[in-house]
Amino acid sequence: MRVGLVVNPVAGLGGPAGLKGSDGAEVQREARARGAGARAGERAAAALRALRAARPDAVVVTVPGPMGADSAGAECELVPFTPTEPSTADDTRAAVRALAPHVDVLLFAGGDGTARDVLDAAPGRPVLGIPAGVKVYSGCFAVSPAAAGLAAAEFAGETAEAEVVDLDEEAYRAGRVSPRLYGTLAVPAARVRLSGRKTGSSAAAPDSVAAIARDVVAGMRPGVRYVLGPGATTLAIGRELGLPTTLLGVDVVADGLLVGADVSERELLALVDGGEAEAVVSVIGGQGFVLGRGNQQISPHVLRRILTGRQPVEAAPAGAGPGGAPTRPSADGLPVRRPRGGRGGLTVLATRVKLAALGGRPLLADTGDPDVDDLVSGFTHIVTGYAERVPYRIVPASKEFYQ
Amino acid sequence: MSATAEPFAELPVAPKPALRRFHQARWDEPIIFELSSPGQRGIGVPAADVPAVELPDAVRRKTPPALPEMAQLHVLRHYVRLSQENLGVDVNIAVGQGTCTMKYSPKVNDTFVRDPRIAELHPAQPEDTVQGVLEVYWRLEQMLKEISGMARVSLQPNSGSAAIYANIAMIRAYHAHNGEAEQRDQVITTMFSHPSNAACAKTAGFEVITLMPDANGHPDIEALRAAVGPRTAALLITNPEDTGIYNPRIAEFVELVHEAGGLACYDQANANGILGITRAADAGFDLCHFNLHKTFSTPHMCGGPAGGASGVSERLAPFLPGPTVERDGDRYFLDADRPLSVGKIRPYLGVTPNVVRAYAWIMTLGAEGLRQVAETAVLNNNYLMHKVLQIPGASVQWDKRRLEQVRYSWRELSEETGVHSEEIGVRAADFGVHYWTSHHPYLVPEPFTLEPTESYSKADLDEYAAVLAHVADEARRDPQFVKNAPYNQTIHKIDPTPLDDPKQWAPTWRAYVRKHLS
Repeated sequence: MRVGLVVNPVAGLGGPAGLKGSDGAEVQREARARGAGARAGERAAAALRALRAARPDAVVVTVPGPMGADSAGAECELVPFTPTEPSTADDTRAAVRALAPHVDVLLFAGGDGTARDVLDAAPGRPVLGIPAGVKVYSGCFAVSPAAAGLAAAEFAGETAEAEVVDLDEEAYRAGRVSPRLYGTLAVPAARVRLSGRKTGSSAAAPDSVAAIARDVVAGMRPGVRYVLGPGATTLAIGRELGLPTTLLGVDVVADGLLVGADVSERELLALVDGGEAEAVVSVIGGQGFVLGRGNQQISPHVLRRILTGRQPVEAAPAGAGPGGAPTRPSADGLPVRRPRGGRGGLTVLATRVKLAALGGRPLLADTGDPDVDDLVSGFTHIVTGYAERVPYRIVPASKEFYQ
Repeated sequence: MSATAEPFAELPVAPKPALRRFHQARWDEPIIFELSSPGQRGIGVPAADVPAVELPDAVRRKTPPALPEMAQLHVLRHYVRLSQENLGVDVNIAVGQGTCTMKYSPKVNDTFVRDPRIAELHPAQPEDTVQGVLEVYWRLEQMLKEISGMARVSLQPNSGSAAIYANIAMIRAYHAHNGEAEQRDQVITTMFSHPSNAACAKTAGFEVITLMPDANGHPDIEALRAAVGPRTAALLITNPEDTGIYNPRIAEFVELVHEAGGLACYDQANANGILGITRAADAGFDLCHFNLHKTFSTPHMCGGPAGGASGVSERLAPFLPGPTVERDGDRYFLDADRPLSVGKIRPYLGVTPNVVRAYAWIMTLGAEGLRQVAETAVLNNNYLMHKVLQIPGASVQWDKRRLEQVRYSWRELSEETGVHSEEIGVRAADFGVHYWTSHHPYLVPEPFTLEPTESYSKADLDEYAAVLAHVADEARRDPQFVKNAPYNQTIHKIDPTPLDDPKQWAPTWRAYVRKHLS
């Protein structure tokens, strides 16, 4: 079998930099200036490792340089192609057109923007996305790089339609989330999991979200830095605290103050250094991702620092709430609200409707570092409302191949 | 398609068509306060033959109460009209109340309640003048002890949810007594346990941990393992859950919670699937509760007071609500000297009319009769499931046998036609039956929950299933026609938003006047 590979080498670049995307040369320059490195090549290589392990006879067909061969290793077949430097969306489209006639299935590494370029190129072949972008909301992506490789290996000719959606990055940076459906691509109809299209925002369930925010705020402890991921659910925490946190950025709050707004990975590392910190993230509806989609600023480095540099959480003395402020008295024999211990520094938020919509599938972590994915995996108590928890599994996306 | 073009509408009166040509009464009846006319009265009260007593100023009303002023005939007519504008349990095949569980309440039991020896009791009468009713309480407790296997049962709670609250109050008191009230601040429940469990635990100040179902539709035991610990106060669980699926590992659930030092509490509100077959105590539960109205045939009383029973094992008996009814030889008395008791869950004894009805119902059936109730309820439910699943577009999640109820889904029909479950329930009301969508949480898409109990005949269930099949067929042929239903009802569409909006909802006339008329 012949498997094509196209890599958008700048995909994902804007994530750790807090730029919400990587479209356009200017944004890419800015991302590099903020210390970000691209990860698409690395993730494409991970997909090919899985492909070759499952199907040693598979022939990888790609283009020279960072758009393919750099990730594919020595044993690949090259189709002549000269991209511009740095490569652009036009190059992605041209590479897809150049490769498509020579392959059974085409893998592409990137995000929603890359998926749109693939769609525009009208490949005429089944394709499958290797998730490597900042935003991976389209249904045409596998759940992880390894799952993409496996899906290609198991491809036997049957296809299904999967959606390509994208956000306007300019509007997205301005805080407006409005995914648009661009079209559908034929993907392998495999039992391997696709990531599924993102479903509606939690903004649709204001009461539950406000209750979740109230719970998180009630459990906040003095001196701890709370790293709030993007999303409507975490935004409500800022609202509850009366702080101008951002919808799409990663913000840091501590002791009732906003100590970092819309920070990059580099800024975040500095902010969580030394003291106790806790990452507070929400679930991407429909997909179940908690880490590695839209919140790449909370990188493996950051998570390692948060998860391993922690003191064990002790129960606060009765009657003492966040900041030592008294909570409800315990004289009536009622249990006192205690701070959340979280799961060793990671608090996950989701409405019950969002969890229910996963239909029993686990939550996913895809930080890019398998060890960190392992560190956060297992049952965690998802905050679903005020004083409401649902124990739910997080698994590394790389281990969640099958539907 | 229109309302007049229904296939049976052209048939002659006899023979009767397959589906009932029902039409609900429409009296366009105002609220009784709007019917009030100053100066009208129902009774001319004769002058008192005792001297008037001067009440102190502090207890005198400044203005007379705003009661409706009406003649007897108009009061009677008003309420009879309202009763006709109702699809109550005595006129329809009430299998669709979505976990509310309707069954027939034998009318003969009402004669005992109307008997002056019950009807004219005062709750504060001295013990030696109410020995009879105390004996009824005592004897019903003995029966429910036998049915549940528990050591004691309190009949004080006003309703099922009040019984759950009594149980959670006892759980809290038990841990407080052991010095663990602050440590044990979490209550575990499951997604398909009745939501009153989570609500009561929350009301009592606990953090609520909810277990999601696993791939088999059972609550995820791995999630339970991850959830139990030193903070666990109790597991509050319904079994079979609101899906109708019986959890075969229930004893293991109880054991896991016990190992963590927590208590296990069984929601048996609707025990129609297990009466005489299995008991809470046999699975190791420390507490349980029944709704007298769901299982023991008393009326729901329009949201209360209905009647709840809280059962406890020996180690929780000291914490029971009080006073308890005790027997000393031939004498019955109230014991209020119980220092560990959680106190009163409501004033006085309990909902005496329903305690009397439940007692009479159990006495009529006997132990074998109770088991037959369960067997018939389960048979009825599985028969109805068989019929419903033959309707194209109706389905169940998890292919498992059910006990006394089933949560179905119209997902396929809804995807195909755009007609929602709620709209199908409303259209069914045009045929004199209905269901309503009390299925929180909405884990099952386009849900409807049917629970036939033992009361309904095969013909009833056939009729009900035929109505659903007919409406599902209508949805395919003309979705808008179903969406525009009802056509034969007292009123047309109801805007449900005021029910969820505190600024608009009005449980009383006074609130309605304040929020909407002033």
